[in-house]
Formats: sequence, structure tokens, C-alpha cells
Amino acid sequence: MTTAPDPRRPRPVSGDRTAAHPVLDAADVTRVLTRMAHEILEKNGGADDVVLLGIPTRGSTLAHRIAEQMASVEQRTVPVGSLDVTLYRDDLRLRGVRALGRTELPPGGVDGRIVVLVDDVLFSGRTVRAALDAIGDLGRPAAVQLAVLVDRGHRELPIRADYVGKNIPTSLRETVHVLLAEHDGRDGVLIGPADLSRQESRQESRQESRQDTSS
Amino acid sequence: MSNWLLRNVTILGAAPTDLHLADGVIAEVGRGLATGGAQVFDAAGLVALPGLVDLHTHLREPGREDAETVASGTLAAALGGFTAVHAMANTDPAADTAGVVEQVWRLGRDAGHCDVFPVGAVTVRRRGEQLAELGAMADSAARVRVFSDDGHCVDDAVLMRRALEYVKAFDGVVAQHAQEPRLTHAAQMNEGVVSARLGLTGWPAVAEESVIARDCLLAGHVGSRLHVCHVSTAGSVEILRWAKAKGIRVTAEVTPHHLLLTDDLVTGYDPVYKVNPPLRTAGDVAALRAALADGTIDAVATDHAPHSLEDKETEWGAAAFGMLGLETALGVVAEAMVSTGLLDWAGVADRMAVRPARIGRLDGQGGPLEPGAPANVVLLDPAATVTVDPGSLASRSRNTPYAGMTLPTRVVATFLRGRPTVLDGKPAESGGPGGGR
Amino acid sequence: MMRHLLSAGDLSRDEALLVLDTAAEMARVAAAPVKKLPTLRGRTVVNLFFEDSTRTRTSFELAAKRLSADVINFSAKGSAVSKGEGLKDTALTLEAMGADAVVIRHAMSGAPHRLAGWVRGSVVNAGDGTHEHPTQALLDAFTMRSRLGRLEGLQVTLVGDILHSRVARSNVLLLRTLGAEVTLVAPPTLIPVGVEDWPAQVSYDFDRVLPKSDVVMMLRVQRERMGAVYFPSVREYSRRYGLDAARMAMLPPESVVMHPGPMNRGMEIAAEVADSPRSTIVEQVTNGVSVRMAVLYLLLGGAMGGASE
Ligand SMILES: [Zn+2]
Repeated sequence: MTTAPDPRRPRPVSGDRTAAHPVLDAADVTRVLTRMAHEILEKNGGADDVVLLGIPTRGSTLAHRIAEQMASVEQRTVPVGSLDVTLYRDDLRLRGVRALGRTELPPGGVDGRIVVLVDDVLFSGRTVRAALDAIGDLGRPAAVQLAVLVDRGHRELPIRADYVGKNIPTSLRETVHVLLAEHDGRDGVLIGPADLSRQESRQESRQESRQDTSS
Repeated sequence: MSNWLLRNVTILGAAPTDLHLADGVIAEVGRGLATGGAQVFDAAGLVALPGLVDLHTHLREPGREDAETVASGTLAAALGGFTAVHAMANTDPAADTAGVVEQVWRLGRDAGHCDVFPVGAVTVRRRGEQLAELGAMADSAARVRVFSDDGHCVDDAVLMRRALEYVKAFDGVVAQHAQEPRLTHAAQMNEGVVSARLGLTGWPAVAEESVIARDCLLAGHVGSRLHVCHVSTAGSVEILRWAKAKGIRVTAEVTPHHLLLTDDLVTGYDPVYKVNPPLRTAGDVAALRAALADGTIDAVATDHAPHSLEDKETEWGAAAFGMLGLETALGVVAEAMVSTGLLDWAGVADRMAVRPARIGRLDGQGGPLEPGAPANVVLLDPAATVTVDPGSLASRSRNTPYAGMTLPTRVVATFLRGRPTVLDGKPAESGGPGGGR
Repeated sequence: MMRHLLSAGDLSRDEALLVLDTAAEMARVAAAPVKKLPTLRGRTVVNLFFEDSTRTRTSFELAAKRLSADVINFSAKGSAVSKGEGLKDTALTLEAMGADAVVIRHAMSGAPHRLAGWVRGSVVNAGDGTHEHPTQALLDAFTMRSRLGRLEGLQVTLVGDILHSRVARSNVLLLRTLGAEVTLVAPPTLIPVGVEDWPAQVSYDFDRVLPKSDVVMMLRVQRERMGAVYFPSVREYSRRYGLDAARMAMLPPESVVMHPGPMNRGMEIAAEVADSPRSTIVEQVTNGVSVRMAVLYLLLGGAMGGASE
């Protein structure tokens, strides 16, 4: 049985890199994440009861980075977990099977907590919808909030982010590449022309962050 | 009466010559024969062999006319270059009385595609309990000389001894299906590395070899003729070689499929490869080819075994044993024996016509292609190839293991006592009875 | 994407590991408050069982239901099959029902291969005759890995009726792919002719193999073999090839004892061995559901038809 490439494994950014242009550089990414950490603390009156759940792969990395920032402000650890939504997606038939990411809740779970979902790119909203379903099966949080590094628009569901690193209006014929040092050797956000092969239909363009950084 | 002049034909690989068939016999052989009133057939590049004789054909009539009839099976035979077939006795009812063998013989005569020589059952209903009326079958219009319970082994040693002795009275021969039943209980395929992997009950070579050894000793002891059906293992060849060296009157046949196919074909569990005896290993195939080449194995016999679709489109374990053979026999032998240099066309004629006719004690079949001999002739094109298409076979069944394979040589024409049964690779127009024998 | 799971030997190392890794994630679902996933909603899985096996059928049924597939149990008894309808006709019926996957258990070796040629959906071999039982081998490997932390280099000893065991065939193939070393132990009558081609050692002496075994897997001896001259008596079989407390004491300290079930307690395995902490028998059942969820997900979750929603 073979599958789509393992999203846990770092993959080279593809597409026409030479045609892609930077939107955020490494310093921008750090600054944006610091701001988001402060916004989360501000909105929730501190880190009490806050749990960050990153959506693998890059969302998990971002969740850890934001949690570190929050921890340094609050002088306490902030629980971080990961939430793989693959088994909750509604587009398996279209996208093919993929290896599962890790789902790992911090000790204490999500019951009664404020869960902040973290992902790299918000696009159609379908990943977030799947994440909400997944959380519902894991427990009953007091509230669920959403933090994304990039909001590129083109929502297909009534979903909006509570914390946005940067709004980047895009056309459907463009691709957003989120680079993180842990996976890609450096931080940054690029925008470039989409693979024409993946732009044939609206359905395929629904593919979210992971797909946006791969071919 | 038909009158044919075959121009520039190659007889058994000699220089091209003309062959004049008239009044059911070979009238003249020689270069530049006068046309006279004969129909001329340009046979340049074609090889003439005596009409092929099959010692082992299942025509399924009476009983399983959905799978094959005497008419469809003998047409398939003619298209394969045969002018005579021995019809096995495992029909329903079994061919164990003069009445049944005469019925089959008449059906063959009426169809007229080739001569049909019924094989008589050795025991009543082929049950291995008591001898059938062998003498009555021998004396019938069908003149039975070959007796076999084929499909079953005559495994009772005393019964086998008595059968061997009894048929001496009319120069008959017992054709044994050598399969020790206890060693092959529920067996599904050759026992070896492939059966171990596939989890199919093994069919050990020794189950065949032990019966052949016993029967050779019995035949030697009572001085009778023994014929061994469908030899399939290297060990059987060794036993036959030993028995022949001892002067025991034993003959043996090998099927085309055992000369070409091996047990690893079973890997996909397609029952088209399910056959009794089972496909064996490459080592066995090599030994069988060598034995046919050196004459230890006397004859090629098709074991043509038609089965309906519902008997083959099943799980392996539920499927019937057997595969088609008549229409592909010559091509398979050409592939296995001629292309490999093991036999020339004279050798093929010997193993597929001359010796089978002799074993069956057939007058008028099996050559030679000389003036005065019955005009049973097959013309083949050694340079042509045929891709086997199950849908275009004359047999009523489709269970050929060679589907899609390209085999060398093509049967161009078959003449039964001077009358064409096949022309240009197709059934000849005339059809109808050929006037008996 | 592979369409069918017919033989453990069809899995590459990467594919086998993907199944095990996916099963590990599936196992976490079993620990969650809601054990059901929406993954295969709208898909139909048919359990086609020509042989009774409540244990395997239930395991597949639970796996499919946890992934929200619709499950149809099509057992040979009372169905068209017993009215003389052949496997081919049954296959056409399943096609008409729109089965996305058919899980087949059959008494004849190779039946799943035949079925795979006649249906468009995925075929999962749930045990065919004396041939293979690939999901059993996958759950066994999963169990070994979770107990011992690795598969590479493990010494695994399979004991019992190797000749007729589909569990043995699948395990030999899969364990070899995953880097374990397999030794087969049985009376010579229950070792197949042709075993020399298998990637496994053969021994007739259980006691000599025990001290170097990380895993001992005891195979069930079928009742019908007992009267068929494969061995003189149950007592002699049990004495030479059964796993009792004394033999268990010869095992290295970390090693585990497995059995695919159902067991003949007191014949191939003593009750105190089956119930000991070394025994993984209960875990094997639990792991079976996770592994079968993984297999169904990997076979069905993919783009099979390719059409849009
Ligand atoms: Zn036979």
C-alpha cells in the first residue's frame, strides 16, 4: 500500500521557487508569532486554562513556538498538543490516502479548557471544520479559538480566525509556501504561481497548508 | 471421389515434391506430376506429415454435451491436424459396454471430421471393482484395443494384473492413469515449493511413479502390453527407461502441456492451469522433453479435456481438472521440441502419428506417405505462427491455458482418406460422412 | 495505492510499516471517549464469510464501524452461496450492491485472488484455506513491536501445524519483510514439502530453540488433524511440541508468548502459560481491531474511483 508523501517528513518547497516572492522573511515570522502569543494571552486574560493544539505538521511546530513565547511572558509552561485531522476530512476520496499525523493531547486533556487551534495557512476552512469535529470527539472544551500564520482568503465555510499573523489576499492561481526552520531550514512565507496541475479544479485548490507547500 | 494434387510439398523435411491423393489413398508421389482432373493445391513451403493420431481425447459425449460433443471435439481435432482420436471412456454413462463404444464410434463416423476410436473402460463404471466386458468391446464394431479407466487409476494390483493378462487375447493394451489415490487425497497441484507457498494440497511425484513402477513389473511378469498415460515427472521417465531396457512391453505418452507449462503458473490460482496430472517443475519438463526426443516416451497425447465455464470460473479447489489440447498440440510440440532442436518433423510424425497408431493397433492411420497408403495427411506451415484466441476455438469449451500465446506453425490443411477436413486453416466446406474405414 | 490485501508477501517494508504506524494512531482512537471516526462514512464494507469465524468477523466489523463504514455481513449460511450459487455469482451480487471493500474468509486457498478478479472494490483476505491470513500477521507484528519495541532482528519461533497454517505462511512472509528471523518448529509431518524455499529455519527440537526465542507463537492444532496420522497421539504431540510452564521457563526473560486463537488449552499451550504475563493473547485481539482499521483506511481512504463528490 502506497500513499501520498508523508506530511511528517520535511519536504522541499516545490513549484517554481524562482517565480515565488517573499511576503514574510524570518524576522517577520518571529515578530508575528510573538504578537500572536501576546494576543492570545490578552484575549484570555493570561494562560490559565489555555491549551494549544497544532495541526500537523507545520501547525504543530507553530503551536510549540507560540507556546514558548507565552511561557516566557507568563513564566510558566503552556500545554501544547497536536491534533491530526486526516481521519475527519471530507475529501479523502479526492485527495487519496495519506499517512496519519500524530494526535497527542497534553495531560489533562481538553475538557473545560480554552483550546487554541494552530495552523499555518487558513484557506477553504475545511481543515478547521475537520479539527472542530475531531475536538468534539476528544472532549468538551470551554471554548475553541483559531490561530493561523497566514489567512489567504477563499473561505468555503463560515469560519474565521481569532488570531491572524498576516492576511495575504491571493488569487486561486497562486500558492502560499510557509517555510519553517524545523522543516525547511529557514523561516519565511513565499507566494508564487500554483502548479497548473493542481489548479485544474476548484476542488483541488481547496487543498490547504500542507498542499500549499508541496507539489 | 475427391482427387487432390498437392504441389511442391515437403514430406518430413525432404526436398519438395508432389503428392497425389485419389480414391482415398496416396496415388503417386514425385516431382512434376500431371494435373489430370485433380484439384491443385499449392503447398510450396508447407510440410506434409501423416495425419496426427491422438491416444487420449475426452469428447464428453454422452453425458456432458455442454462441454464437448463428438462432432465439436473431432472438428477441433481436424483443425489441429488429427485424422484419428481415441475417445476416453469417462463419459456418462461410462464406455464400459459394447453398446456405448459403438455409439461413440458411430457419432464419430457420422460427424466425419476424423476417425474416432473409443477407449473401453477397464472396470465396470470405472469403479475399479470388476472387469468390464473387455472382449465384447474388442469384438464390437468399434474394435476397441485400448482400455483405460482414465480419470481413475486402476490401483488394485490384482485387478490390474488380470486386466493386463486378459487383453492379450485380442492384442489389447491397458492405458493406465497412474495416480496412487491415497497419496493424492484432496491433492490440488504438484507438491513442491509452489504448493507450499500457495497452501494447496500437494500431489507428490511419487504417487505417479510408484504406480508406474508397479505396473511395469506386473506387465513384465505376465508378458502383457502396458501403456502409461500422461507421464509427468522426471522420476517416471527413469522408471520407463529402466523397464524398456529390461524388455518390458511398455509404451508411454506425454501431453503437450507437460512439455511446456510449469507449476509456478498456478500462482494466480486460475483454474485454467488445474489439470490431472498436475503441471510439474521445469526440471520435469526438461526430462520429459529429453525422453520424448530419445523415444523413452513414445507419443504425444493431448489429454484434451473440455470443461464448461461454470466448472472453471470457480475457486481453484472447486474447479474441474483438465485443459483443452487438440487445436494447440502441434504448435506446442513445435515450440517445445522442434524450435529447441530436440525433434525434426520426421520425429514429430513418429511421436504424433506413427507410434500412437501402432500403440492403438490402428490400420490405415499413422502413415507412411507412400503410394497405396490411406491418404491421411496434414499440411502445416512451419514458418507461420498462431496466437491462441480461446473465442475462435472449435471446441465447445474455452479452457485453454495458451490464451494469448503465440505458437509456431499453423495447420493449413488436413485430409482424411483423401478428403479435406480442413483447408486454409478452416473447416473444409464439404463436411459430411467420410465413408467409414 | 494497492487495491487489495491478498498476501502478506505483497507488502513492501514501507507499506507494512505504514500499516503498523497507522494502526498505532488508530489504537489511540480506541482510548478516546468517542471511539468512532467519520473517515469512511458512506462506504460499504461487506464481510463475506464462507467459514465460521466469529472472532475475525467481529474484529473486521468493529474496525469498519469505528471508521463509520456501512457493514453488511454476508455469511455463507442461509445466503445464495449455500443454494449452489458460486463465488462468481456472489461477486456479481456484491458489485450490484456497490461494495467498496469485501472482506473474505474462505475454506479454499486462493478464493480471495479469484474474487479480486471479479469485483471492482478492494478485497481483503481474512483467511483463505491453508494459504494466508495477512491481517493476522500484521496484528502479530504490531503486537511484537509494541511489546518488544522492535521487529528488526527479533527471533520469532512458530510452533505447530505449519503445513496447514495460513497464520504461519503470512507471518513468515511479513516477518521476513520486517527484518525478523523466523524458526519453524513442528513434527516433520506438519512441515510442508518445499519449505526449503521459505525464508525461515526449520527445527524439530522445540527445547533447543526456546532459549534464543524473543517470541514464541503457538499455532492451533486442528481437531481433524489429530486422527490423520500426522502424529501418534495428542499426548505425544503435547509432550514434544506443547508449551508448558517448564518450557516457558527456558525462554529469555523479556520474551513473549503468542497465540492467534482459538486455543486448545492443555494441548499446544498450557493454561498457566496462556494466562501468564508473557502471554499477549488478549492484546492480540485488541490490536486486531486497530490493524484492521488501518488496513481498511489505507485501502478505502484513497482515491479509488477518482470522481468528484
Ligand atoms: Zn488421465
